Amino acid sequence: MYRDRPPALELRGLTKRYDDGTLAVEDFDLEVRDGAFFGLLGPNGAGKTTLISIIAGLVRATSGRVTVMGHDVVDSYRAARLALGVVPQELAFDPFFTVRETLAFQSGYFGLANNGAWIDEVLAHLGLASRADSNMRALSGGMKRRVLVAQALVHKPPVIVLDEPTAGVDVELRQTLWSFIRRLNQEGHTIVLTTHYLEEAQALCQRIAMLRSGTVIALDTTRALLSHIEGVQMTLRVRGTVPPSVLAHRIDDRDGALVLRLGEPGDVGRVLAECQAAGCEIEDLEVGRADLEDVFLQLMAERAESERIPALATA
Amino acid sequence: MNASAAVSFRTLLMKEMLRFWKVSFQTVGAPVLTAVLYLLVFGHVLEDHVQALPGVSYTAFLIPGLVMMSVLQNAFANSSSSLIQSKIMGSLIFILLPPFSHWQLFGAYVAASVVRGVVVGLGVFIITVWFAPPTFAAPLWIVAFGLLGAAMLGTLGLIAGIWADKFDQLAAFQNFIVMPATFLSGVFYSVQSLPPFWRTVSHFNPFFYMIDGFRYGFFAQSDVNPWISLAVLTFAFVVVAGIAVNLLARGFKLRN
Repeated sequence: MYRDRPPALELRGLTKRYDDGTLAVEDFDLEVRDGAFFGLLGPNGAGKTTLISIIAGLVRATSGRVTVMGHDVVDSYRAARLALGVVPQELAFDPFFTVRETLAFQSGYFGLANNGAWIDEVLAHLGLASRADSNMRALSGGMKRRVLVAQALVHKPPVIVLDEPTAGVDVELRQTLWSFIRRLNQEGHTIVLTTHYLEEAQALCQRIAMLRSGTVIALDTTRALLSHIEGVQMTLRVRGTVPPSVLAHRIDDRDGALVLRLGEPGDVGRVLAECQAAGCEIEDLEVGRADLEDVFLQLMAERAESERIPALATA
Repeated sequence: MNASAAVSFRTLLMKEMLRFWKVSFQTVGAPVLTAVLYLLVFGHVLEDHVQALPGVSYTAFLIPGLVMMSVLQNAFANSSSSLIQSKIMGSLIFILLPPFSHWQLFGAYVAASVVRGVVVGLGVFIITVWFAPPTFAAPLWIVAFGLLGAAMLGTLGLIAGIWADKFDQLAAFQNFIVMPATFLSGVFYSVQSLPPFWRTVSHFNPFFYMIDGFRYGFFAQSDVNPWISLAVLTFAFVVVAGIAVNLLARGFKLRN
């Protein structure tokens, strides 16, 4: 549909080494298609915020290049920044101004005068209309975060990057925010999201990149990532000795309960029968499909394992 | 709707002016009061004892110096405190995300500083009119030195604001460089009254040329030919402006 258009984001061979020697991102490649709803997941320190900062021009890459809608963020920074809206993770605000002044200034910074109609629309969609003339200092943390989102949208950027937008935010704002962001995505805006709430990413993102220590360890559609873990997951709390045939399926222990992975739903009955035959009393039982959190944990664990082996070999 | 670079610049300038205007009691009222207190105390004590320029009363001599000192200190305070505040509050990101060029950033911060300096200077001047009737022997020089001096200090404030990470570093810059340089520039005395050694030292202080040239506009008398002062000042401004623009272009301490 957008065959002629460049990717919304293109990162090629990106490396960032900070002055103190920390290697935040290493030889990083990523392409986000125009119009996508893309998730960037990873533990703290995986390099997500560094990547976003490089895309936004807040941090300069040591090597490699980044384009936003085909515009290089260094050589054509003006066009690149006009195409990009960033919701930063840190809650920042200018204490001198009201909400409406803050948004009018931000719009003007992007070269747009007389942008009042769109500002009103953004205020309404984010539930800020009644606070438009309040000073920024008078707002609660959640309201300040809404203003941060609004500031990123004043210039209607084709690419919107949200860095942990729902951290510490109440359920109501989350719902308001996501319905608005979904709408923007349907209207053609590309959305890039980092979040700690994996269920959020699973519900919203079409494609997901999982990061660890500044590199991509998985990049696929959300559906394909979920199918990475096949079968059924069963969480079982029992009293008594669990037979070895059941323990063979164990993948994790959570709060004293066994987490088992089974090939197919029919295996559930067999496991229960084996437990009962061994005299175990079943106290609690939960059966479900794997979710993104399981994929994430498994990938992280696999990576940690593969990193540990060469280290042992040389020890 | 097309994004216009002129709108970007104008908005940042407006925001920087509104920032100090919203707290004008502190950013305009307070420095005007300070300058008037200087005039009351020094004028009263020294009026009958000192004649700095022939045919000019000490109070009349002091007024242009105090006006210029207020212009310079407030121009410095505007850009430097705006930057350090937005750095510490984290709101600097709202300036770094939009497509500003380094020239636009430089121009907006310095122009807003000039406006604050001129507003405070005018405030001081209007009140001091009651103490000695003003004379304007060569008003163009007043305008030239007032604007250039304010631009110079606005630029120094920009550099200090970029460099400083904390308020106390900025305070050190202000208290150990800007304050001594303005105080020892001949605001309160004519450098002709100094011993030869200190007179020579004064000539290495760019602030001296600002005050001396500014005062020439009022009395058509000065320690140094105003053309020389203008040349020295223009040169100094080009140097500091070059440094400031270079820091902004490199993103020094602003973009990691």
